Amino acid sequence: MRRTTEQRSAPAGARPDAVPGATTGRGGSVPLLKVRDLTVTFGSRGRSDVRAVDGVSLDVFAGQTVGIVGESGSGKSVTSLAALGLLGKRGVTVTGSVEFEGDDLLTMPDDELRALRGRDVAMVFQDPMSALNPVLTVGRQITEILTRHRDMDRREAKQEAARLLDSVGIADATRRLTSFPHQLSGGMRQRVMIAMALACSPRLLIADEPTTALDVTISAQILELLRTLVSDTQTALVMITHDLGVVAGLCDQVHVMYSGRIVESAPRKVLFADPAHPYTHGLLASVPRLDQPRGTPLQPIPGSPSDTLPWSRGCAFAPRCSRQVDECLGGPPVLEPVAAQSHLLRCVNPVPLQGPPAAEGTP
Amino acid sequence: MSLSQSEAVESGVSAPEEARGGLARDALRRLRRSPSAIVGAVLVTLFVLVAIFAPLLAPYSPTEQDLSQIRPGVFPGPSAEHLLGLDQLGRDELSRLIYGARYSLVIGIVSVTIGASIGILFGLIAGAFGGWVDGLIMRLTDIMLAVPGLLLAIGIAALLGRSLTSVMIAIGVVNIPIFARLLRGSMLAQRESDYALAATALGVKRWRIVLLHVFPNSLAPVIVQATLALATAIIDAAGLAFLGLGSPDPSIPEWGRMLAETNAFLANAPLLALWPGLAIVLSVLGFYLLGEALREALDPKLRR
Repeated sequence: MRRTTEQRSAPAGARPDAVPGATTGRGGSVPLLKVRDLTVTFGSRGRSDVRAVDGVSLDVFAGQTVGIVGESGSGKSVTSLAALGLLGKRGVTVTGSVEFEGDDLLTMPDDELRALRGRDVAMVFQDPMSALNPVLTVGRQITEILTRHRDMDRREAKQEAARLLDSVGIADATRRLTSFPHQLSGGMRQRVMIAMALACSPRLLIADEPTTALDVTISAQILELLRTLVSDTQTALVMITHDLGVVAGLCDQVHVMYSGRIVESAPRKVLFADPAHPYTHGLLASVPRLDQPRGTPLQPIPGSPSDTLPWSRGCAFAPRCSRQVDECLGGPPVLEPVAAQSHLLRCVNPVPLQGPPAAEGTP
Repeated sequence: MSLSQSEAVESGVSAPEEARGGLARDALRRLRRSPSAIVGAVLVTLFVLVAIFAPLLAPYSPTEQDLSQIRPGVFPGPSAEHLLGLDQLGRDELSRLIYGARYSLVIGIVSVTIGASIGILFGLIAGAFGGWVDGLIMRLTDIMLAVPGLLLAIGIAALLGRSLTSVMIAIGVVNIPIFARLLRGSMLAQRESDYALAATALGVKRWRIVLLHVFPNSLAPVIVQATLALATAIIDAAGLAFLGLGSPDPSIPEWGRMLAETNAFLANAPLLALWPGLAIVLSVLGFYLLGEALREALDPKLRR
């Protein structure tokens, strides 16, 4: 884990700017994807509305890899689906703005949005077993996108599809085109999904827990593949995951979500060295780390994501938080910079910073 | 891009010959493993073969009378000459049964084709468009389904007059709402599937998603229903004929009519009622067994 972290930091450091935080409105480079105050509310008759995503703002710059981390139900998948307009219309209210290269995806006409999906922004889903159509060959499913977005005729599309399968490491690609999804292993299916997503060299790739349904070795291969492809093509990647290991190995900037809001966002290194939010801290303490002495017990976060407060009354994490103080329940905490400008935090009683900036960083 | 070629080889475990097999071949393989599917397939095959080769198999013409052997109230039973005996008009029962298979098969296939094609069309429209179109079509099917199937068929057949055509139309119409509802429900479920979402996320157009992704995946229950509907169509046809709504031509050896005609002679010749009854039961059983086995073979949950 450590080793991969350092490998990754080389290209990141080569960029002209240090990676900016989510809400720090910086001059200079314009973000590829600019999400502002995205709020998604699910309403159904007879029940009170559920606010799945609550005022999320974040930036993704070209070539950057951004992680969105959180437990199940924290709103990370809904954020990505809402950004691409993939949530149904009925009973769903989406507000805020999602600007992709200056165009707001939320107000864009349906035709334009459809033309943009798959061409400029693509998505890889969690479960490759169900995200591929079981009755069509994988070749058919890839060529469909090529003919749709790249105006290829059938033969060209077929050749290109074989090239794509080859590029994601599927051996004997030409023959595999005639395979049905159920004839492939889980890892190969996910490779096919990635090939489909990258078919039109999108500028932004959203990967929604792409490795959750896979076993550990295959998941490592898939992550390696994503890492290589993304850096080869300078595609920006939004990685949605609950797995901090994935974040550590891949992401430049990390946003931690809890109960629909971003509670902490920081460059990867800062986040791992100095998790300030008790939730982030808890997440890190609940996974084994190589830099901990052997035999150190893992610290679970007590309770479950359903033990939340509405944000309007205080910090949603307070009921599960070990550092809860009275102020936690005194109205919604705000997301504000701590220590470094790039480190944002939504907490009134954060974990004291430990790293080098700790001297001036403790609030 | 050689980084993961070796891994891919290792993770791609399926055998080369398997890669060529389609979905139909997969289903067929599962069918072969099910005993009830085999029994069903044998019965259905026999039924179809008998229907096709009736003139070759039947020892006599279905209309030829052997008047020398029958007297009022006396029906010669099975003999070497007439294996299943003679009916009340002196015709060879076995030959009539064999020719009867033709009528049952044709009525079944034509009526199910009518019902399935129109039903699939409406179901596709309802499932593809949703909204008020869906609401309208579903309310119409509700109205049709509110009337018991056979009763509706009786009404339609009576309205159209006594003929084989009206029997087929009547049974076909009864099947329309069943197919429409089934396909529409199946499509609604498939529309929510991950691959439909994935296709949307990759910019595939809506009509393509409906026609190319959702519709083919929704067909499995329809195929099963078609097999089962063949069975019900045979029963319904027999029922309509029994009630006197079939063709008025007495020379037609239709199983339901044969059953109805023996009604008056049940005390003297119970076997004459048994044979057509048995023929109906066996052919229906064949389609049912095959349909149920198909349901299992096509179930995506059992697909690896």
